Parts: sequence; C-alpha cells; structure tokens
Amino acid sequence: MNRRSPKKTAVLMAGVLLLLFVLQFILPAYHHSTFSKIMVLASYAMGFNILLGYTGLMSLGHAMFFSTGMYATGISVYHFGYTGIPALGIGVLCTVLVSMLLGLVALRTSGVSFLIVTLMFGQAVFLSILYFDQFTLGQDGFTLTKELEPLVLGNASYSYTDPTFKYNAAWFLFALSLVITNILIISPIGRVLIAIRENEERTQMLGYNTYLYKLFAMTLSGALSGLAGSVHALLFSYVGATFAEIHHSIAPLLWTLLGGVGTTLGPLLGTGIMHYLIDFTSGWTSAYLLIVGAILVLLVIGAPQGLMGLVRQKRLPWLP
Amino acid sequence: MLVWFEDNVALLFLALLDGTVTAFVLALIALGLSLVFGVMRVVNVAHGEFFMLGAVLAWACFHFTGNMPLLGFLLALIVAPVLVGGLAMLSDRFILHRIQYNPESTIVATIGLLYIIQQLVLSFFGPEARPVEAPIYFRVQFPWFGYSGYKLIVAVLSGFLLLVTWFLMVRSKLGLYMRATQQDAEIAQTFGVPTRSVYSKVFAIGAGLAALAGVLVVPIRQADYLMGLEPLLLSFIVVIIGGLGSLRGTLVAAFIVGISDGFISVFYEPTLAKMLATVLVAAVLIVKPTGLFGEEPG
Amino acid sequence: MEGKEKKPEQSVKNKSQISRRSLFGTTAAVAGAGVLASNLTDPIVRSAYAAGSDAPIRIGFQVHRTGIGATYGKWYERTTNAAAKYINEHGGMGGRPVEIVPEDDGTDPKRGADVVEKFATQHKVDFVYGTLFSHVVMGSSPRAGELKIPYFVVSEGYHVASGALNRYVFQPCITDVRSQISAMSGWIFNNLGKKMTLIYPDYAFGYNHRDYASAAAEKHGAKISAKLAIPPTASSFTRYFAKIPKDTEVIYHVMVGPGVLTFVREMGEHFGSNRPEIFGFIDSLEGVALDSPGLDFLNGTYFWEAMPRYADGYPTHGEKVYRNAVGVDANGASKSDSKDVSTYSHMFGCWETLFAIKEAVEQSGYRDKRDYANLIETFEGFQGFNEGIAHPQGSKMFSGKSHQCYGQQFISKVENSKFDVVHRTSIEDGYYEPETDYTKLPL
Repeated sequence: MNRRSPKKTAVLMAGVLLLLFVLQFILPAYHHSTFSKIMVLASYAMGFNILLGYTGLMSLGHAMFFSTGMYATGISVYHFGYTGIPALGIGVLCTVLVSMLLGLVALRTSGVSFLIVTLMFGQAVFLSILYFDQFTLGQDGFTLTKELEPLVLGNASYSYTDPTFKYNAAWFLFALSLVITNILIISPIGRVLIAIRENEERTQMLGYNTYLYKLFAMTLSGALSGLAGSVHALLFSYVGATFAEIHHSIAPLLWTLLGGVGTTLGPLLGTGIMHYLIDFTSGWTSAYLLIVGAILVLLVIGAPQGLMGLVRQKRLPWLP
Repeated sequence: MLVWFEDNVALLFLALLDGTVTAFVLALIALGLSLVFGVMRVVNVAHGEFFMLGAVLAWACFHFTGNMPLLGFLLALIVAPVLVGGLAMLSDRFILHRIQYNPESTIVATIGLLYIIQQLVLSFFGPEARPVEAPIYFRVQFPWFGYSGYKLIVAVLSGFLLLVTWFLMVRSKLGLYMRATQQDAEIAQTFGVPTRSVYSKVFAIGAGLAALAGVLVVPIRQADYLMGLEPLLLSFIVVIIGGLGSLRGTLVAAFIVGISDGFISVFYEPTLAKMLATVLVAAVLIVKPTGLFGEEPG
Repeated sequence: MEGKEKKPEQSVKNKSQISRRSLFGTTAAVAGAGVLASNLTDPIVRSAYAAGSDAPIRIGFQVHRTGIGATYGKWYERTTNAAAKYINEHGGMGGRPVEIVPEDDGTDPKRGADVVEKFATQHKVDFVYGTLFSHVVMGSSPRAGELKIPYFVVSEGYHVASGALNRYVFQPCITDVRSQISAMSGWIFNNLGKKMTLIYPDYAFGYNHRDYASAAAEKHGAKISAKLAIPPTASSFTRYFAKIPKDTEVIYHVMVGPGVLTFVREMGEHFGSNRPEIFGFIDSLEGVALDSPGLDFLNGTYFWEAMPRYADGYPTHGEKVYRNAVGVDANGASKSDSKDVSTYSHMFGCWETLFAIKEAVEQSGYRDKRDYANLIETFEGFQGFNEGIAHPQGSKMFSGKSHQCYGQQFISKVENSKFDVVHRTSIEDGYYEPETDYTKLPL
C-alpha cells in the first residue's frame, strides 16, 4: 500500500478511460453493446469492491442495492411518469436509505455472521419484490420502452436506448465510479477503511469510531451499486426480480475476486472476462455453472488476490 | 374469543401440526450446518446442495431397487450419507484444507462447489422434478381434514436423528474431540487431538446429515436440481437466530421459525412469514448480535 | 434435392377447403375469421423463391436449457429440431433451408436480453423465436424491439395481447391465458359447480388466471369463494388447503414448477375421498407421468389440455404426423423412453410457429433483414392458420392488432391414470376483442 504513485495511477486511469471511450468507434455492433453492459455491471462490482476490497466486509446481498436502485427508478418512470434523470435521483436516494438502514443492523455483526445477514436481507428484498406485485409486477417485471421519455439536453434529445447514447452513458457511469474509488482510497477516510480491513481492533484503539466508518463504506458501496441498477433500468429498459436474486449478489463477488479484490481496475477486468467467457462457451456447452464454480474454487485456492492483484504482486507494485 | 377459537380450531390445529413437522425437518437440516460452524468456524454454502444430493440419491436408490419404496428408502439411508459424506471429505481435503479454513475463502469456495454440484446434477440427472414413493404411506384422518402419515414419521425420525447426534457429541470419542476442537483448536491439538481428521470428519458428518434430511424429505416433495437453495436459506435463518455453532440454539430456533411459520402461513400469508422471519433475525441481532445461544467469538 | 420436388402439402389449401373443413359452423360467427391466411401458397410467389438465394434462413432459438424452465426447454428443443427437419425435407422456407441457432438463456430475463442481442448482432439470424417463460419474454422483448428483429414467442402469457410489448413481438400459435380461461369457464361452471376456489401461483401468470377467472365467474353468474395465491418458493401446501371454504363446489388449480406433484398429493391427503370437483391446468402436470406415485387421487378430476397428450384424444392426420416427427408415443412420452413424458400441451407451439414463420417468409417475399417491415405487415395481415400438418393442434384465428392467436381448447377427465378428452371448445369460445393495436406503432 505504501508504494503508491499518484502520477502513474492518474496516467493509467486516464488511459483506461480514453481507451474505453475510443473503443466505441472501433467495436463491431455486438461488442459495442456488450461493452456498454459490461461497463454498467463493472460499476456495480466497483461498488461491491469498496466494501470487500477496501473495508474487508464481504456481503452476499448486494443485489438488494442494485435492485433497489433499479426498482426505485423503474417504478418512478413506469407508475409515476418521471423522466430519466429525476428517476435516477430517486433511485440513488432510496439505495442510500436502504444501505444505511441495513448497515445499522448488519454492522452489529462481523465476519461470517455479517455475510449471512446480508444474504438474508437480500433474500427479503427479493421476496418483497414478489410480494408487492401491484408495484413491481412480480416475477415478470416490466419494460420501460413506452414510458421512458428521451433525455432532453438543451436543444438535443437523446433516446436512452440509442446505442451511442447507451455506450457513452455507461462509460460516464464507469468513469464516475472509477474516479470515486480512486479518490476514496487516497482520502483520509479511505485510509481508515483500509486500516479497518487490516486490523479493526487496532484501528479502534487508535481512537477511530470504526462503526461509523464502516457505515459510511456500506452506504457508499450501496449507493454506487444502486446507481448502477438505476442506470441499468434506464439503458436496458427492463426491470425484473431476477436482478434481486441471490445469483446476482454472488456475481459481483465473482467478478471482483477474479479481477482482483482491492484493486480499482479489477472489477472491470473480472466482469469483462466472465461475461465473454460465458458468452463464448455457450456455443458448445450450457454447463456454464460448472465454469463459474470451477473458477471460484480455483481462485480461492490458487490466486486469491485475483488477476490485477497478481499484476500488482509481480510487476506493478504501485497499482491502485 | 371463544367463538373465534371454535371457528378456527381446525386452522389452529393445522398450524401447530404443520409447524411442528417443519420445525423437526428444519432442525435436522440446520444441524449439519451448525455443527460444521461450531467446530470448524466455517460456513458451508453448499450445504443445501448436499441436501439435494441426498434427495437425488434417494431417487436413484428407489429406481435401482425396481421401484420398491421401502427397500429403496433403506438403501438410500445408507448410500446417501456415505456418498455425500465422502464427497464432503474430498472437498475438505482438496479445497478447504488448502485454504486453511479461512472463513471468507471457504464461503467463496463452497459457493463454487454449489454451482459445480448443481451443474453436474443437471447434466446427469436432468432438469425434471422426480417423485419418490414414500416407504410407508398412510393417511391420517382428523375431524377436519386429512394429513400425510409419512410426514409424521419424518418428524419422528428427525427427532431420533437429532438425539443420536446429541448422544454422539456427548458420549463418543469423536464427540469429545469435536467439543475440544470447538473450544480451542490449538490447545486441543497440543493435547493430542488430531484436529485435521476431526475437521474432515465433521465436515463429512455435516454433509451426511444434510443428505439424510434429503432422503427423509424427498417422498414429501420431489428431487430436483434446484431444491437446495430454500433449505440453505432456512438453515441460515435458524443458525443465526439460534447462535452460530450452538446445537441447542439451532433446535430452539428451528421450533421458533417452524411454528411461527406455520401460524403466519395459515392465518396470513406464507410470503409474509418468510419476510417476517428475516425481520426476526434483524431483531435478534439488534438485541443480541451473537444470536440467542451464541457465545462471543473467541 | 429430393425434398424440393415434394411440394409441401401441409399448407396447400385454398379458401373454400378451409371454410369447409374445419371452420364452417364453428367460427363463422367470429367476425373476420372466415378468411384464414389467404393465398397461403401463391404459385408465383413460391417460384420467385426457388430462384432466390439458397443461403439458409437462420432462426435464433432462445431455449431454456438450464434454470426452472429446463424441462420445457428440452421438449421445445426436440420439437423445434423436428419441425426444422420436416420443413427442410419438404422444400424449406421459400426454397431456402432453415437453420436453427440455439442459445441457452438459463430461464433468466437478464441472459435472455443478452441472447437476443447475440442473435441479432453476432449470429446475425433472421428471426428470434421460441421463448416460453413470460419473465424471459418481458426481459428480452425490449431489446428485440430496439434491434428491430422479429421475435416470435411460444409462451401462453397475456403479455403480448396486453400491449405491454412492441411491434416486433408475436405470439402466433399458442393461445394466451385469458383466451384459455374465457373458452373453458362456461363449461366448468355449467358442469362442475358454481362456487369456485381459485389456487394459482403468486406471480403475473397466476394473476392472469385470477383476474380472468373472476371475470368469467361474474359473466356466468357463478361465485368465487376464495382466491389462494401460492408463492413460487412454496414446497408444502397443506396449509393452503385448510383455507378452502366448505361450500366450494369446484377447485380450480394452476401450478407450475417442481412443487406441483407435492401439491396434488397433499391435496389428496387433505380431502381424501370426500372432495369437491377439481379442475386443473395441465401446466401442473406437463412432463409428469400420470401414474407417478401419489397421483391416483387425480382420477375423476378434470384438466385443461391445449393438445391431448394421448394419441386417441384428437386423432387427426396432422397430429399423427407431428407426434411421429417429434418422437412422441401414443401416451405422450418419448418413443425411446416411456418415462420421459413430454410437455405436449405447450410444445406444439414451437412446431406451429416455425410453420407460421415459413408462411410469412413465403408470402412476403422475405429475402433478408431489409424485408422486415414487409414481413411484419404481411404477418399482421394474417387472419389465421389452417389445421393440418403445419398446425396439428387445430386451426387458429390470428389478430394482427394484438399479435396474438386464438385456438381451440380441450377438457380431459382423468380415468385410470390417463386423460380422456370430454370436451372441445370452439375458437370463438375463447375470443375476446383485442385491447391493443400494435399496427399503429412505427416500424
């Protein structure tokens, strides 16, 4: 952690963002659209990584934040006729509330109990979505194709589903998450969080109220995940209970572990690789659960630090 | 009040009956999870899949014996826990031991195991829900409605298995080792307890208990490759309320969850019962973060 | 090239044959149904194709190979492959062979949308087709609409006809829940009882049943005694049966998922021999053998079937050819494994939909994606399909406005662990005015 290099980091981040921006002019249609989705999902994983990678808290219920953002935004559009941006605001607001409330309860536990508690609350959110079907339309969910008005900026009007708009909106979300993560880890708060990850008792003895710091991390993590959910609803026009299922909570864990826990670029890498791996193998087998399972097992045995972690270990010690 | 009671006596009776059966089954399923956590301090997320494997193996035995329910059932009672326990032992040796039982890595690894088992069962067993005939079947007619006699047998057998486990914990050498390891693995080791093989055995016993629960339960439902998730979540609720690692807590919590589930489901709505169980967990955690009977983690 | 010489006989029917054979008298009352899929085989159009490109028409098949829909998915895949084979052996689509490009969607709406994307931009298929589960249809259809690729579903949900989707989504060959209920409710209330308790799954599919059965009860002067919604996660059902009111004359149940056998068995345990009449939807027992343990209780109860599982239920020539081509025996199980029971009341939709696509391709002169608008307008102009090899389940009426078809339904009684068809509804029994008009949406 101490061999940081702000200059190199800034150049690397700018480079990655520039590359992703330029790619939209080169990528063929399928990959263009796949990249839009990967960037949104990577932002979700980055939200998750703030909690796991920089605070040391493993959650198995992050789908509840993603789906809270998604449903709050989706319902605002679908039932109350809001346009995209206010609906996005409502989505973030709701996730901040939910993640704070959950933090207040779940952070009373630690380690394994924390994990189980988040998993169960995630399941409770999933059940609530099924239960309050007058608003959520239950398992089927709903589409926003008809209800969502195009975004008006000045004189120009953009459809959320237009490929160019979609790509750039996803890119913007990703850039925002990346910048927030990078700022967080060099900020004093981030340093305390990392100290909590390394040794919570010691941090406590140094006079920090670790509970409050963890609550902050939880809220920020939830808010970023919820934002990704809101944006997902707007760009991909579908809101459904599948985004609240337990598998959608395990997904960011898998992506983050694969890409590298506690690295800022790991979530992007992990999300991208998994997405393409499943997509690629689906041509010859539908046994992709086996692939997912095997990767998880091999990762914890062989490379718990993930891909970017390995790079940091072997080549670039300054890598954030 | 008395009028209400007369009107609803059938429902009350059903809630109590169904709740009790649920509680026994739940206790048996959660027992393995609780045991593993108690001794090894790890959570096995693939626990539900071991349950599912038990059910699937019960179907296989039922089939293998030419659809003779009783023979198939007896065979499954031996085959399922042995095979599933063996599988658990292998995963202990090749996975859990290698990651040194780090709690979080174990969770990730067992999630991986969950997916692998599910996929293998899907590939070799298929997606269908397959029925298994109950070994002993009769219908009990109450004044208001009928009830499955086999369900009552399941409750009794679950209770019996719980007793056996408790007896082993208290009386056997392995039980002694287990309790010693639970209190402090390092000290136990210095006193000559072979903790490594204790871990391995405990993990196998936990999985075997889940498989046994699967064998018992499958005649009341069917075997299908996705059936593991629900018992896993229910077990989690039970062990969190009861306190991770406390067998007594597990039993008490299973009854709280089972009976309240019975009443809320019968008088209100089942989805509500599930949601309320989660809220109950939150309430317990606020009052006592270690659960009803949990100790402070050492 | 032997196949090309045999002219496809199945859909060669002119108007007069149509109205004589299957529709006169039954659907004459339905406005606009008199002319079904006119000019199905215009010889000029046909020869234009034979001269065209021989490149295959690629159809992306969104299949539930994994996830909760996997049992259905397996049979949907078998039926689809059989239909494609049959079409290819009989001249293809407008002279071009059909190629099925399957992709697993895991019965998951998330993956469903990705699969549609992959079909359109990576595999570059001509059409997307074959989805069953309604949440996957919901998740996938926005993307199909954005990509402007025709998307043919086989789902029996009311989502298409409700107007919730878009102009590119069609459900041409399987009736929706609303129509099924409207078709059968009269018979149920008149023959089984007028005080009904509804038991249905606690999500959108179940709410369709709840709402339309309640509406039908009102129409027929019957009464709904209780409505019991069962959450999809339920694995024990005893507690619900206790809520069935004593005065119930008929129980109407529709359940899906792995819990259905338990459901039926526990219903038997609850009532014993002293039971009300019971009417169920075959969805509960698709893929399940009637002689499975614990199902004897069902003897004497009634079921809706979209297409009779047992071969003697509806012995037509088309049904025989279809059953044989897919590899199903007279009892509705796989020819190679009598334990492997089919999802007979749903999978015919795959077979028929491929033939419907074939009609649209041939009539609209479809060559490649530039002809989508033309193809869709042609499809919207269809008024129905004729019973025959292409449509073995029976004739269909089609609404271009709602992109949804109407068809006949069967009611079967369980006798000796076997279905016996006791009633067949007419198409107009299930007719309702379309409530949406997709043709007004831009292409």
